[in-house]
Amino acid sequence: MSETGIGARVKRVEDQRFLTGQGNYTDDINRPNQTYAHILRSPHAHARIRSLDTAEAAASAGVVAVFTGKDIADSGVGGLPCGWQIHSKDGSPMAEPAHPMLVADKVRHVGDQVAMVIAETRDQARDAAEKIVVDYEALPSVTATDVAIKDGAPLVHDEVALNTCYDWELGDKAATEAGFANAAHVVKVDVVNNRIIPNAMEPRVALGDYDGSTGDYTLFTTSQNPHVIRLLMGAFVLQIPEHKLRVMAPDVGGGFGSKIFHYAEEALVTWAARKLGRPVKWTSDRSEAFMTDAHGRDHRTHAELAIDGDGKFLALRVSTLANMGAYLSTFATSIPTYLSATLLAGVYTTPAIYSEVRAVFTNTVPVDAVRGAGRPETTYMLERLVDQAAKQTGIDRAELRRRNFIQPEQMPYQTPVALQYDVGDYPAVFEAGLAAADYSGFAGRKAETESRGKLRGLGISTYIEACGIAPSAVAGALGARAGLYESAQVRVHPTGSVTLFTGSHSHGQGHETTFAQVVSEMLGVPFESVDVSHGDTAKVQFGMGTYGSRSLAVGGSAIYKACEKIIDKATKIAAHILEASEADIEFKDGNFTVAGTDKSMAFGEVALAAYVPHNFPHETLEPGLDENAFYDPLNFSFPSGCHICEVEVDPETGVVDVAKFTAVDDIGRVVNPMIVEGQVHGGVVHGIGQALLEGCKYDENGQLLTGSYMDYTMPRADDMPFITVEQKSVMGASNPLEVKGVGEVGAIGSPPAVINAVVDALGPLGVSDVAMPATPMTVWQAIQEAQAH
Amino acid sequence: MPTVSMTVNGKSVSADVESRTLLVQFLREHLALTGTHVGCDTSQCGACVVHVNGVSAKSCTMLAIQADGADVATIEGLDDNGTLHPMQEAFRDNHGLQCGFCTPGMVMSALDLVKNNPSPSEQDVREWLEGNICRCTGYHNIVKAIQAGAAAMRG
Amino acid sequence: MYAFNYQRPDSVAAAGSALGGSDDGKFLAGGMTLLPTMKQRLASPSDLIDLSGIGDLVGIDDNGDGVVIRAMTTHAAVASSSLVQAKIPALAALAEGIGDPAVRNRGTIGGSVANNDPAADYPAACLGLGATIVTNQREISADDFFTGLFETALGEDELITAIRFPSATKAAYQKFDNPASRYAIVGVFVAQTAGGARVAVTGASQDGVFRAGEMEQALSGNWSSDAVANIAVPADGLNADIHASAAYRAHLVTTMAKRAVAAAG
Repeated sequence: MSETGIGARVKRVEDQRFLTGQGNYTDDINRPNQTYAHILRSPHAHARIRSLDTAEAAASAGVVAVFTGKDIADSGVGGLPCGWQIHSKDGSPMAEPAHPMLVADKVRHVGDQVAMVIAETRDQARDAAEKIVVDYEALPSVTATDVAIKDGAPLVHDEVALNTCYDWELGDKAATEAGFANAAHVVKVDVVNNRIIPNAMEPRVALGDYDGSTGDYTLFTTSQNPHVIRLLMGAFVLQIPEHKLRVMAPDVGGGFGSKIFHYAEEALVTWAARKLGRPVKWTSDRSEAFMTDAHGRDHRTHAELAIDGDGKFLALRVSTLANMGAYLSTFATSIPTYLSATLLAGVYTTPAIYSEVRAVFTNTVPVDAVRGAGRPETTYMLERLVDQAAKQTGIDRAELRRRNFIQPEQMPYQTPVALQYDVGDYPAVFEAGLAAADYSGFAGRKAETESRGKLRGLGISTYIEACGIAPSAVAGALGARAGLYESAQVRVHPTGSVTLFTGSHSHGQGHETTFAQVVSEMLGVPFESVDVSHGDTAKVQFGMGTYGSRSLAVGGSAIYKACEKIIDKATKIAAHILEASEADIEFKDGNFTVAGTDKSMAFGEVALAAYVPHNFPHETLEPGLDENAFYDPLNFSFPSGCHICEVEVDPETGVVDVAKFTAVDDIGRVVNPMIVEGQVHGGVVHGIGQALLEGCKYDENGQLLTGSYMDYTMPRADDMPFITVEQKSVMGASNPLEVKGVGEVGAIGSPPAVINAVVDALGPLGVSDVAMPATPMTVWQAIQEAQAH
Repeated sequence: MPTVSMTVNGKSVSADVESRTLLVQFLREHLALTGTHVGCDTSQCGACVVHVNGVSAKSCTMLAIQADGADVATIEGLDDNGTLHPMQEAFRDNHGLQCGFCTPGMVMSALDLVKNNPSPSEQDVREWLEGNICRCTGYHNIVKAIQAGAAAMRG
Repeated sequence: MYAFNYQRPDSVAAAGSALGGSDDGKFLAGGMTLLPTMKQRLASPSDLIDLSGIGDLVGIDDNGDGVVIRAMTTHAAVASSSLVQAKIPALAALAEGIGDPAVRNRGTIGGSVANNDPAADYPAACLGLGATIVTNQREISADDFFTGLFETALGEDELITAIRFPSATKAAYQKFDNPASRYAIVGVFVAQTAGGARVAVTGASQDGVFRAGEMEQALSGNWSSDAVANIAVPADGLNADIHASAAYRAHLVTTMAKRAVAAAG
């Protein structure tokens, strides 16, 4: 292994600019003659707009324009599209109500966008927005899914009965019922996967510009996938052809899913830039982010597991209510269905599974993917269920898992819920997890904790996730309205340095380093000679972006393919210059050598020859060394892992401290161990946050109670321990890099490990379940209730 | 509009600003020092931390005019023509940053910690970072970086 | 933030007249509460009278019996003061636990006490130690100063200039943080003073900081955790929010009181 190739712990190239304040985030960008937009947002969860008077605002100091929902409707532009169509059990397509950039008729959640004020300064725009007079007729609202589906509940969209977007199913119901008929034990859980707010540290920003002399639009935006934004906004909302619309997502300060989606503000500033002939910039403040960035999770699930007398799982049936919020965000509909229910087998051999999901509109912020997206929901339910099963059957929780693991020799393994796992060794990962966590030493640690008057618990979770999203054929068959391939272009310059253009987007993942390692390794060029370019639709040919832990598995594979093409072309050039046949040219360590001779050309020499083709046979050999590739994966990749958490609980106050956390993951080949560890740390803490700290709350009037960091608990350094991270990798089988994906594993595996640990700690007090987030008050109340019984 | 004058990263600067201009706006919008970031509006995230007269301050919770006459240091003033300060270097060596957005505030806070406590324990670092929020790293490598940076600064 | 006029007087007298001369002015101390409130457009003073130009308002003095902390002294300065650490270590520790380091570098004791946020720490210390609030017009005992939620005995243009804290034989403060804001859900300051035991509770009550009389009586006879372990404050009138119900707060008052007594030794 070279010091900078695949597998090397290379320091990140992007850090120099981030550490010196030279990052180029969207809000750092300003255009000449720029104006500033402020969005007037609904203070009501649900209200009809009787009238709206903008006259005073329009006359306010510095105001350039005021736009309302009526202006948008009159201009003929489209609404925000949903990218994934789901069909209900009865074959009918999902309800897909309009999602306008500015609403004209009624507001459907606190924060819904009502009007846009554009002024010379940010303060002037905000000052003027306060002068817009809106006459609202407040309507009854509904925020909870179990209430929203009842007869007589307020209708978020008048035309959507029972607020039901779809009522979907997956699996063999009859086989599942048969499994239950034969069960020795039936274990039931009701779990709520708490609603979380993504909170990337950089708030969203959109800056639109229009060049009247060329008709070209430019949008700078905080996006995980600028090409997808160009496609959605250009084709569906504003009807701008791609060659006239450039979307740039420069340095982006974290995404975690929330910056996948196409948001109204992106289209609004682009649309307004043309109307005004001036650039328009909108910068979200954190309070706006809380009520406009798509939220995550919010599933209520009832699940039942049938088990035979030996502890083998026979069948699983699951029923979920999934909150969509007030409108369908870009990929909202796929989360509880194809990204969640298809993983219900987990790492277990459960032969029959049936799942039904009802997606529900409520008067809340739209809900979509947040780190893990669907897979944390399934994993949490499943691992709570398995722990409950261990209790109910009296079988040790580790032993029960061992009895049900899919074995490595069963690979490829067809689950009863559509997916085929390619490779994996779940028993080995599990045992590695127990060893890394010193599982056998737990009793000693528990005794030490108890000697200090506290309780200690240990929780285990195993998980599998489907990453490398996604084979386009599969995604298309399941309702995706897009292909989910990735593209790469490898441009070799005359002196042998390389610019890689990738459709993946880095917003913290370190692609500029990892991808350069791949190119350096494959082409044998120095790491320092490779630059990675991303985030600009004018530079990068195409891209589907970064989410679903897909960048290396799909984007990296596109890079791999493009590098292969470069090597093929360079081999042709070398063969021509070295006067040998192509078949005799060997490429190794950056040199093209005629086999069995000392005739050789370095990669850089071939590159130079490609651009100085003085004696090329041009009918068979083109000048230049610049190749692109599109890669569509053969299958998902399937990272798996075992996470083990130990907590200390203060029974007097309910405070839970994470005392020890161990993550052992199978993520396939590791390109940069340093970056991989960092991804796991971040994911685990995100998951511990969901389990212990983070929970979005609405009051009975649909007001967001957790609308700032004063009330929404972000994980802080002193809430967290150091985390033990190890890999137990089986090389991936579904892409040439043999990678699986790592961005989400931490957030998927950790919440059930934490809650299982809390429940384990509280078991002696009679507590059998604790809801997420297990805040001090939640835990204290659980103890009080258990003690009262 | 009042005129404010201060020293920023060793250079004297002066501008006419509205009274309501925050120090962070002054840095970002008037001086184009965009390394200092705004991540919240309730003075909690710490992306905006700079040094004012040698101690850390949240530049989103300070008026520019309050810094009139002050000596302000931002992330842009730390490196020596591209050669990183030991604390910056420690963040790179320990992968103490991912998206980079919270990083300037983290580094400036870390330097204030080391000034008060040249040899901070893990717990000291974690408690000091109460006012700096990171979503990417889980803090693990930030804590390591700050301890390593402190050690490097002790020499 | 709405527009306002900014003034930075160099004396207490000038500050008073600046405020008097404004339509709806406010004193600006450290700004750690006022500026975020203004950023949210929840306050719109016509004038901000910045007190940071008044040198007389900064510093910590030994007055024999205890310490006098002038109003514009920062939390960081109180926390790191060897005088406070020696005379009333519980007060230095309390200051060390306010907000975060950057907030402590700018936030001031006068600002905190004048604001009387029901979840702030300093009011508990003032009440728990029986401090005297010194203003530009008079001296007010802490028992008379805190009059309700964000309410104090301060008059319209009255300005805190210093706070006088008597030493205590024993004292400690225990805070149970709001996990999000890190303000006190419940904070209990206990002190064994010349005038008897004092127990001040912040964070819990809808009326702001208060003294727990029953606990004080119990501690006056028996300074031990056990003395307060079975004394519960009624949940009626306590704050309730998503982080802590009134019943949970009531439980925490007892728990933090116990722990504070134990910590005080």
